[in-house]
Amino acid sequence: MAATGDYALWAWLAPGLSFLLLSLVVPLRRSGRPAAWLSIVFSAGALVGAILAWRATVPDMARRILWEWIPVEDGVLTSVGVLADADSTLMLILVALVSFLVQLYSLGYLADEPPASLGRYYAYQSLFAFSMMGLVLAPNFVQLFICWELVGLCSYLLIGYWYQRPEAARAAVKAFWVTKAGDVGFLIGIVMLWSRTGTFDFSDLFAMAQGGSDALTGIALVMFFIYLGAAGKSAQFPFHIWLPDAMEGPTPVSALIHAATMVTAGVYLLFRTSFLFEQAPEVLHAVGWIGAFTALFAATLACVQADIKRVLAYSTVSQLGYMMAAIGAGFASAGFLHLLTHGVFKALLFLAAGAVIHAVASNDIFAMGGLARRMPQTFVVFLIGTLSLAGIPFFAGFFSKEEILGATWAGGLTLPFAMLVLAAFLTAFYMFRVVFIAFFGSPAAVATGAPAHGAHGRDAGHAHDAPPIMTVVLWVLALLAVTIGIGFARSHPESEFVVPGFITPLAIGVAVGGIALATVVYPLRWISPDWLARRLAALNEAAHERFWLDDLFALAYRSGILGLSRIVGWFDRYIVDGILNVLSAWTLTAGDRLRRVQSGQVQDYIYGIALGVLLVMVLLRWPR
Amino acid sequence: MTLASFPVLSVITWSPFVGALLIMFLARRSAPLVRGLAVVSTAVPLVLSIAIFAAYDREAAGFQFFEDVPLVPALGINYQLGVDGMSLLLVLLTSIIIFAGAFASWTVKVRSQEFYALLLVLVTGVYGVFVSLDLFVLFLFYEIAVLPMYLLIGIWGSSGEVRPRGVFGWAFGRTGVGTKEYAAMKLTLYLLFGSAFILVGILALYVAGDSTSFSFLEMELSQFDPRLQSWVFLAFYVGFGILAGIWPLHTWSPDGHASAPTAVSMLHAGVLMKLGAYGVVRLGMGLLPDGTLQWSWLVGTIACINIVYGALSAMAQTDLKYVIAYSSVSHMGVVMLGAATLTEVGLNGSVYQMFAHGVMTGLFFALVGLVYEKAHSREIFKMSGFARSMPGIATAFTIAGLSSLGLPATAGFVAEFLTFLGAWQSSHPWWLFPGVIGAFLTAIYVLRVTKQIFWGPPSPDPHFLHLPDARGPEWAALWILVAVIVLFGVWPSLALAPVDSATMPLLNRLWVLQ
Amino acid sequence: MTLQAYLTLAAMLFCIGLFGVMTRRNTIGILLGIELMLNAVNINLVAFARFRGDVAGMVFTVFTICITVAEVALGLALVILIYRIRRTAVADHLDLLRG
Repeated sequence: MAATGDYALWAWLAPGLSFLLLSLVVPLRRSGRPAAWLSIVFSAGALVGAILAWRATVPDMARRILWEWIPVEDGVLTSVGVLADADSTLMLILVALVSFLVQLYSLGYLADEPPASLGRYYAYQSLFAFSMMGLVLAPNFVQLFICWELVGLCSYLLIGYWYQRPEAARAAVKAFWVTKAGDVGFLIGIVMLWSRTGTFDFSDLFAMAQGGSDALTGIALVMFFIYLGAAGKSAQFPFHIWLPDAMEGPTPVSALIHAATMVTAGVYLLFRTSFLFEQAPEVLHAVGWIGAFTALFAATLACVQADIKRVLAYSTVSQLGYMMAAIGAGFASAGFLHLLTHGVFKALLFLAAGAVIHAVASNDIFAMGGLARRMPQTFVVFLIGTLSLAGIPFFAGFFSKEEILGATWAGGLTLPFAMLVLAAFLTAFYMFRVVFIAFFGSPAAVATGAPAHGAHGRDAGHAHDAPPIMTVVLWVLALLAVTIGIGFARSHPESEFVVPGFITPLAIGVAVGGIALATVVYPLRWISPDWLARRLAALNEAAHERFWLDDLFALAYRSGILGLSRIVGWFDRYIVDGILNVLSAWTLTAGDRLRRVQSGQVQDYIYGIALGVLLVMVLLRWPR
Repeated sequence: MTLASFPVLSVITWSPFVGALLIMFLARRSAPLVRGLAVVSTAVPLVLSIAIFAAYDREAAGFQFFEDVPLVPALGINYQLGVDGMSLLLVLLTSIIIFAGAFASWTVKVRSQEFYALLLVLVTGVYGVFVSLDLFVLFLFYEIAVLPMYLLIGIWGSSGEVRPRGVFGWAFGRTGVGTKEYAAMKLTLYLLFGSAFILVGILALYVAGDSTSFSFLEMELSQFDPRLQSWVFLAFYVGFGILAGIWPLHTWSPDGHASAPTAVSMLHAGVLMKLGAYGVVRLGMGLLPDGTLQWSWLVGTIACINIVYGALSAMAQTDLKYVIAYSSVSHMGVVMLGAATLTEVGLNGSVYQMFAHGVMTGLFFALVGLVYEKAHSREIFKMSGFARSMPGIATAFTIAGLSSLGLPATAGFVAEFLTFLGAWQSSHPWWLFPGVIGAFLTAIYVLRVTKQIFWGPPSPDPHFLHLPDARGPEWAALWILVAVIVLFGVWPSLALAPVDSATMPLLNRLWVLQ
Repeated sequence: MTLQAYLTLAAMLFCIGLFGVMTRRNTIGILLGIELMLNAVNINLVAFARFRGDVAGMVFTVFTICITVAEVALGLALVILIYRIRRTAVADHLDLLRG
């Protein structure tokens, strides 16, 4: 009977193999749909492997080193392998599941793409699944970092999938830069940690943390640098600016990478290394505060977006803030739980939004309207996702969100707790805002905004449900969101902390309150949205301008980095090189002057020689 | 072992030279014959260097495939060849680059006979430096490696626009900045200036050494006076460092690389700059442990300037070739930084970076050459949306760029990662920060350029309609280099095992003194 | 007669030759000046040989005379060639090497 490690390895290497095939066998990649099916089959295999690995972890946890990657004089610097335990295999299932479903869904969503592009898309998807699973299973920091960067690469490539659109190109590069800025911190942190402890290995570090090793005292700075990486990847304030722009990629990509899996890598990292973060309580504290602030901040931004994907993107940022807040409160498992449930229902929301966009050919919610009747299936699954995200009981998001609220309360982060409660209220509000505007009312007369992908002649009036291959995926996820929710309701897992009694009613209360407000504002129009906007004019404008943060970053980039580079470039060309050119120009000039001596007249030279001889004779005879 | 029974290093070193002679005498005005000879005479060393790379005994370490022929016994000059783990890797690098370079210059039409002949002579010099163990012979090879460059750039180069502006604008007009003649002259003068320092250093060691021999192996055993070591190390550092592009003596490199024809840029940035770094490590650190300890702070600090300054300068360029050339200045900083850390991981990273950067920049220059040949432009901001018409070139460019910014699974990551580990362990931990910032800045300029040239809507410029992708032999150059980048990125121990066997003895000699 | 006298003669001859080389316009005149200077050297060599009783100087002189003949032949040939090409034998006009 194969062990956990084998199954995990199987799950990990299956997409790797498919990527190798797709990248090396060019005709296969160019063929389009066969390439897609190859990738889908392999990712189905990965899903099976992940589930088997998870089932096998109950009696058995596996740490397997496959390859001594970088050798040094006295042993091995770092190696490649898998660390399959209950947590990592659970995450593995999430990754494999969403990845498989998204690949299946993409087949319908990207049906109009030329075959070569489709092949490229699936090659990237396979690479992503491979890297993400490698990240999840990583037994040490180096493998984790490698896969971390590789998923970042996939994100870059997939956001820029429609590379001819300038917005997509810009967004891809922006995403890479901003996350890379965090990764710089991550790399510094890893280097410093290694310098202190002499190992990258999680097991060794865990043993050191258990043993209360001196090497781990006072590592606040190190952990802060590592946190920077997580903040970049998981879009924590102020690094969150890349995530909304990343919505320029195809919607399935947004569902997979920018909602369910890659962006949660930062949370996963903190969860995975929480034993190290516990050595630096001040950093954890900051993590919690920043997380809660991010949750609230992004929720306010989500309230004013007109682009359905951007609403979801800010909602992702906000939910990531929740997870981080729980970890910051010291209860990483609560954050991890929310990561898993969020992965399911946010993927569902994105894919449902994708179905809508596919039908309407626009991202603008005001160009939709009345879709509930024309796309009933999509409406139902979207509603399930929304209820789950809003935190309504019996849906997946409710329990995990309640856990997080409880965790922050128990962790003593009172003000962050309040922020999270407010954010929960706003979450319910902005999600139902989308539901009411997009799915109820009457279809908008004119579609605004550019078509998402070369689809013409589609509008809200003639929208219909997506093809079966997409709808099936939506139903699977919706079913999961409900069963997880009911499962939690039936068997409430034990918490590590005492959840005060008032948390549950409060969580339900704010969610219902948010929904009620949205109902009052949008379908009932008791309060006009314009009136609301006028009352909160300053906030409204700031939110529309994204609190000027993007402008600030753009300014830092243009004036800061590019400006500095222009100065350095000028200095190099006109000072460093300039001085050299002045020297050589002087040499040339001196040569010009001196060459006049060379008259070409032999007799002149003879004069010179005679004078020289005379001079030598005089000097030799000079009385000393 | 059959390899040990014949002078394999001599064959590697001299076969390009023989190829050059054959080209000059046999292949008169027959371009296919010229190219064929060039490919064969670079394929032979490639095959042999893969063979010695495989056959090198990693357990025994030290110098292997040893050859020793007395040249001038009276002065202690011997034709002494041998490779250790470090030079082994660099010989392999040279073979790869020149083999790819032979394909990349497939389209040289003007006087291709002389072009290939000079190129091959140059390569003989490069091999010679890497395999010589006699300093006198090493210096001879070094000069052979430097001089043909003048003709190669001066005759087959390309001139950019002359911009006589700025503070010293008059001097720019006077010296002809931007022309290929200027670039060729600047490069040659700079490098000869450097080799004067090297010669002085070598002679000083010869005179001061215990034995009257130029042999590296015998000099290694000598104990030199620390004060002598101090200034000789500086002489080597400046002399070889110029070739390695140390700040502020780096400005020959952007002009030179931008003006040079494709294969020459590939070879020069890819391999010749490594000659400089190799010289500093082999002669400077290998022979002068005291000098190394005295000056490592300077080497590392200037390397940090190189990294950040090179990256920022690269960002400011609008000419694609200048961007790549300045990125070399930045990456050579990583090489020197790794060496200056005096740690095992750092020095291994440094040698790995020599290799990684060599392949990567070779690929970059090959690609820039292709883009220029097809689009007839190097102005970044005039180009746009080329990925549609040249997807292969776009892919290869992206891979080169990713290696450049140190993305894992490319050779650049392993090198930078090791270097950074070493930097934080060294006696100047702050070196880590400029290094990491340099990697970030690299991400900015590389992706900015990639986005501008290959992404976005296709350029409306009629010149850029119907651009072809790479063809036939050009693919060979690209895919060889891409494969090497990825192979050494995912399988670092392939190269690190021999490198480690060469760097450890060197470091042990240093650590004893510390 | 003393060695001094021979040497003085040689020195005078040399100076006359040098003067000729420096002042003559015509290339042939310059060649004649060079001959005088060479002969001054010959006188020196012969005089030293005579006074030191060493024939080596004589041998050298014989060599010099031979070479002088060749040199004059070559020089005149050059002058004639230059004259053919440039239509002049005046040294001032021959400044192709001017910097």
